[in-house]
Amino acid sequence: MTRDAADEQHDAVTCTGLTYTFGETKAVAGLDLSVGEGEVFGLLGPNGAGKTTAIRCITTLLPVPAGMVHVFGHDTAGDRMAVRRLLGYVPQQLSADAGLTGRENVALFARVFDVPRRERAARVEQALTAVDLTEAAGRLASTYSGGMVRRLELAQALVSAPRLLILDEPTIGLDPIARTGVWEHINAVRAATGMTVLVTTHYMDEADQYCDRVGLMHGGRIRALGTPIQLREGLGERRRAEGGPADAPLPTLEDVFREVAGSGLDDQSGGFRDVRSTRRTANRVG
Amino acid sequence: MSEAPAAPRTVSADRLDPDGINLLLSPPEPRAGWRLLPARVVAMCAVELQKLSHDRTELYTRAVQPALWLLIFGQTFTRIKAIPTPGIPYIDYLAPGIIAQSAMFIAIFYGIQIIWERDAGILNKLLVTPTPRSALITGKAFAAGVKSLIQAVVVIVIAAILGVSLTWNPLKLLGVGAVVILGSAFFSCLSMTIAGIVLSRDRLMGFGQAITMPLFFGSNALYPVSVMPGWLQVVSKVNPLSYEVDALRGLLLGTPAHLALDFGVLAVAAALGIAAASSLLGRLAR
Ligand SMILES: Nc1ncnc2c1ncn2[C@@H]1O[C@H](COP(=O)(O)OP(=O)(O)O)[C@@H](O)[C@H]1O
Ligand SMILES: [Mg+2]
Repeated sequence: MTRDAADEQHDAVTCTGLTYTFGETKAVAGLDLSVGEGEVFGLLGPNGAGKTTAIRCITTLLPVPAGMVHVFGHDTAGDRMAVRRLLGYVPQQLSADAGLTGRENVALFARVFDVPRRERAARVEQALTAVDLTEAAGRLASTYSGGMVRRLELAQALVSAPRLLILDEPTIGLDPIARTGVWEHINAVRAATGMTVLVTTHYMDEADQYCDRVGLMHGGRIRALGTPIQLREGLGERRRAEGGPADAPLPTLEDVFREVAGSGLDDQSGGFRDVRSTRRTANRVG
Repeated sequence: MSEAPAAPRTVSADRLDPDGINLLLSPPEPRAGWRLLPARVVAMCAVELQKLSHDRTELYTRAVQPALWLLIFGQTFTRIKAIPTPGIPYIDYLAPGIIAQSAMFIAIFYGIQIIWERDAGILNKLLVTPTPRSALITGKAFAAGVKSLIQAVVVIVIAAILGVSLTWNPLKLLGVGAVVILGSAFFSCLSMTIAGIVLSRDRLMGFGQAITMPLFFGSNALYPVSVMPGWLQVVSKVNPLSYEVDALRGLLLGTPAHLALDFGVLAVAAALGIAAASSLLGRLAR
């Protein structure tokens, strides 16, 4: 494959042997991944699997050696500005600025993505409309509920018309109604714009319902890759081949995960740090 | 899928009106290289002004201390004539020192804001925009400058009410604004540099408290350099606050000053501060 061919179709994201260590902790340990243009790809795994670290490598937040991560063909090690112009990023923590109104929060991102002044107000309004926040846009973000903050962050990410939307645990700490609301807005925007979505979550049911393809991550590596239905049917077949009952119900994605992660899933995942950051997010959501 | 979603569907999210989001389909043109830095500075300053417009309590509470300095220290020492200030009452001499001091306090604690923004995920998100680190730091430095400038205006008004005879020459006042912004750009970068070294809010708080008083007392803000012991004169010589105060005195009171030297030192200090803080920003984001 020639990466240099000018008109070649690049994958939205490719990671080849991505590795990242924090001191002693190998947070990502040889991650191979490619996300095709236009798909909704779910990176799944328990707390501590390395999802956030992988995302932070892809978004240029963490430095990685050349050749490990490409976004639409641009190497994140060399071509940071080009990569960032293609990205919309919603981090794991609720990250809207509580001291600004919803509209000001979105306008800031229009500014730092160089939206010209004559277009800025209209673009900001469209982003707010896309997430149903026009009415609350004049209020301080500190008055928003968790679900509203997530939608506001989605608007912040959308205002620059990214080709790749990266969402890190967009529904963590939200109640079921807010979770559905966030996903419906993601889907509607994706249907209207055709953008690629890379999302992480540890809720398997969400991934099953909303993702075109998923990668199950554990211990810093992808352990299984495919469409949710492929993975579930695959496990069903393996179980029947091992002599399981022929009429057993289709296994869930959670079952698939338990199989590939093997034992140790419960005691290995979620160290102190993960629990703390999850709690912090949950607290901010209120 | 057999299991029905439990949550009710929000109507408007199901389908987005394609005309309603037409602007969100095309990414904005990147700005030409040389226009990027001023654009980011404007963006950061706009955010600071918006925040101040929503919550002015800090502006009022921060006015108390300089008012007390001028009212008590200034009036008492004017009466007892303990500090030799040739040709002008002591309170006049003191006013520019207090303007510089209150601007410095705001700037020094600006680093705490950047750690708070790091903890809240705001900084991470800004780092995934087409904003080089140096441009982000420059923007923050000037935003601190704008905040300090507003504080300076408050202190100037207080001084005028207390009978200090200040210039109202618009050109000189413009110079005052430039001096305050440059000085605060340096001190905010000093604190953002320390933030990049100590990484935690509590430790930075301690550092801030430990350095503000030495910077203040080791300058010409309260007394002329000529009455200082030799070692303190040396401290004052390398302390950018002294140059800021010298320039403010020259501009506001018309006392003899070394304006070219003062501006030169402040500009170089600000540039060095921006370079230092930018190089450590990566540590903060990791
Ligand atoms: N900044 C950091 N410093 C040290 N260790 C970290 C840091 N961030 C994450 N880790 C560790 O790296 C591993 C992967 O974490 P993370 O990528 O956050 O996982 P996930 O997002 O899947 O929950 C965990 O063991 C976590 O404790
Ligand atoms: Mg995570």
